[in-house]
Amino acid sequence: MNETQAQTDDTSAGTPIIEVSSMHKWYGDFHVLSDINLQVKSQERIVICGPSGSGKSTLIRCINRLEEHQRGQIIVNGTELTNDIKNIEKVRAEVGMVFQHFNLFPHLTIIENLTLGPIWVRKTPKKEAEEMAMMYLEKVHIAEQAEKFPGQLSGGQQQRVAIARSLCMKPQVMLFDEPTSALDPEMIKEVLDVMIDLAEEGMTMLVVTHEMGFAKSVADRVMFMDEGQIVEQNNPHDFFDNPQHERTKLFLSQIL
Amino acid sequence: MSNPTTKATREFLKPPVTEVGVIGWLRSNLFNNWYNSLLTVIVMLLFWQLIPPAFSWAFVNSVWNTSAEVCRETDGACWSVIPQNINFIFFGFFPEDQQWRPGLAMVLLIALVVYSKNRNHWKKSLGIYWLINLVVMASLMYGGIFGLPVVETDQWSGLPLTFMLALFGIVAAYPIGVILALGRQSKMPAIKTLCVVYIEMIRGVPLISLLFMSSVMFPLFLPDGVTLDKVLRAQAAIILFSAAYVAEVVRGGLQAMSRGQFEAADSLGLNYNQSMRLIILPQALKIVIPPTVGVLLSVFKDTSLVVIIALYDVLKTTKVTLSNPKWTSYSTEAYIFLAVLYFICCYAMSSYSRKLEKELHTGH
Ligand SMILES: Nc1ncnc2c1ncn2[C@@H]1O[C@H](COP(=O)(O)OP(=O)(O)OP(=O)(O)O)[C@@H](O)[C@H]1O
Ligand SMILES: [Mg+2]
Repeated sequence: MNETQAQTDDTSAGTPIIEVSSMHKWYGDFHVLSDINLQVKSQERIVICGPSGSGKSTLIRCINRLEEHQRGQIIVNGTELTNDIKNIEKVRAEVGMVFQHFNLFPHLTIIENLTLGPIWVRKTPKKEAEEMAMMYLEKVHIAEQAEKFPGQLSGGQQQRVAIARSLCMKPQVMLFDEPTSALDPEMIKEVLDVMIDLAEEGMTMLVVTHEMGFAKSVADRVMFMDEGQIVEQNNPHDFFDNPQHERTKLFLSQIL
Repeated sequence: MSNPTTKATREFLKPPVTEVGVIGWLRSNLFNNWYNSLLTVIVMLLFWQLIPPAFSWAFVNSVWNTSAEVCRETDGACWSVIPQNINFIFFGFFPEDQQWRPGLAMVLLIALVVYSKNRNHWKKSLGIYWLINLVVMASLMYGGIFGLPVVETDQWSGLPLTFMLALFGIVAAYPIGVILALGRQSKMPAIKTLCVVYIEMIRGVPLISLLFMSSVMFPLFLPDGVTLDKVLRAQAAIILFSAAYVAEVVRGGLQAMSRGQFEAADSLGLNYNQSMRLIILPQALKIVIPPTVGVLLSVFKDTSLVVIIALYDVLKTTKVTLSNPKWTSYSTEAYIFLAVLYFICCYAMSSYSRKLEKELHTGH
C-alpha cells in the first residue's frame, strides 16, 4: 500500500490538479470573486481562511461547479469546467466535497449513503461497494453504525460519515467547507483527527476552516481571502509568524 | 449520567388520584371548567335524544332482505333495497348472465391491491402481476376471447366502472403529476412554461367542464369516422385533471427539500435523473404523503361526476334503482349504504397512507 503510494508520489507530485486562472464570479451585480489565480498540486494541503463573506465558500464551490464562474478558467484534473454537463459530472466524481451541515441523505442508511455514489456513478458492483464502504467506515471509526440512519447519529459522527461518503468515490481532491463549524467543541477533534489522517495519507485537500491549529500542523500552504480576492498565501510558518499584509495582520490578531 | 447516590435515595411518588384514571380523565377533558361542563351536558342530552331512536330505526325495527311490500309494513329501515337490487347497483347494464365477469375482475383487482400493500412485495414481479391482471381483467370485462361474448364499454357500469376510473385515474395521474412538478422546476424555459400553463389552465376549470369537453367537444375535432371510446375519454379527462393537482402537491414537497440535498447529490457526480430518483423524490414525495392522499381521495370521489356525460357509475346505478316506484321511498337506506361503501374505500386509503408514512420514517 505504502509502496504504491510512494510510486504515485514520484510521478504525480508536482503536476497541478486544479488550475484556476483569472477567474471572476458575480452574483447578479455583486462581484464576489475577483481575479482568482490558484494552482493546487497533487497531494498539496491548502487551508483557506478569511473573514465572513469574503468568498471562501464560493471559491471552493466553483471548483466542483456548484457555483458557475463567469470569466476565466478552471481546470480540474485536466478537464475544463464549462457548461458541458458531462464534463461537470466527470469533475464532480473526481472531487469530494464535505459540507458544513453534512448533507447526508436522511432517507438512506449510513451504508447506503456510502455506496450510492460508487454504485450509480462508478458502476461498482453492490457487494464490492459495500466492502469498500465498510473499509472507509472503519477508517473513520464508525463501522458499528452502518445500518443506522443519519438522524440517529451525533453531529461529529455524521460529519465523519460524510467524509467517508466522499472517500468512497476515490476522489483526486477533497474540498472541505467549514467541516467543523456546525459541531460542538467535543466533536470537533474527532473530525479533525480524521482529516489529519487523510492528509498524512497524501490526499489533496482544500480546506476552508477557522481551526488555525489544524492549519499550522497540516497545511502546506495557507491562503487568506478578503473581499473576493486572495490577499496573501504562504507556508503556515511564515503566514502566521510573518504576515505581509495589513489585512492579514488584522485578521490574525482577531482570530488568534 | 445520573448520580448513583441520588438514584438510591430518590423517591418515586404516584401522581394524585384526581389526576389519573377515569375520574382524572373526565375532570381534565370534559369538566375542567364551567362552560366545558355545560357543553358536555348539552352534548350528552343530544346523544340521549338522537342515538336510541336512530339505533332502533337501523337495527331493531329494520328489515334486511325482504320484498318492498314487507318494507311498507315496518317503521324501521328497509335495508332490503340493497340486497334486492344488488346486481343492478353493482353491475348496472352489464348483461345479467355475464355479471360474474365484472365480479371476478373486481375480486382479482381487490386481491392484488391488498397484495401490493405490503412493501416487501414491491419488486419487479409485482409489476408483472399487475400487467397479467390488467390483461385478464380487460378480457373478462370486454370479452371476445375464450368464447366470452363481447360487452361494449357503454354497458360497463356500476362498481367496476367506479373502481376502474378511480384506480387508473390515480395510477396514471400520480406519475404524470410528478413529471409536471419536475417540469415546473426545470431550468429550461420552454418546458417550464408549458408545465405552468398546463397546470394553471387545468386548475382553472372544474372537472365537470373537462368531462363535457371530452365527451362533446373532443369528438368534433376528430376526423370523420374515427371515434374514441366514451369511457376512455372520461378516463383521460379524470387523469389529466388530477395530474395538475398532484403536480402542485409534489411541487410543495420539492420546495421543502433543502438545497444541501441537491448539492450533496450533485457533488457525488450523480446526474439529474439519478439525483431526482434516488435522493430528491423519495424524500419530497414522502413529505407530501398527507396532501397527496387528499388529492387521490378526491379523484376517487370525483369519479361520480361522470354521470353528467351519461356514464353509470355506482352512484348513478343506485339512483336508477331508486327511480323504480317500488323502492323510491328507501333512498335514505340506499345512500347510507353508498356512503359506507365510499367510506370504506377512502378510509382504507388514508389509513394505509399513515402506515406507509410511519414505515418510511427514518428519524429525522
Ligand atoms: N447565492 C448567493 N446569491 C447572492 N449572494 C451570495 C450568494 N451566496 C453568497 N453570496 C454573497 O457572497 C459573498 C461571499 O459568500 P461566501 O459564502 O462565499 O462567503 P464565506 O467567505 O464562505 O463566508 P462565511 O465564512 O460566512 O461562510 C457574501 O457576501 C454573500 O452574502
Ligand atoms: Mg462559507
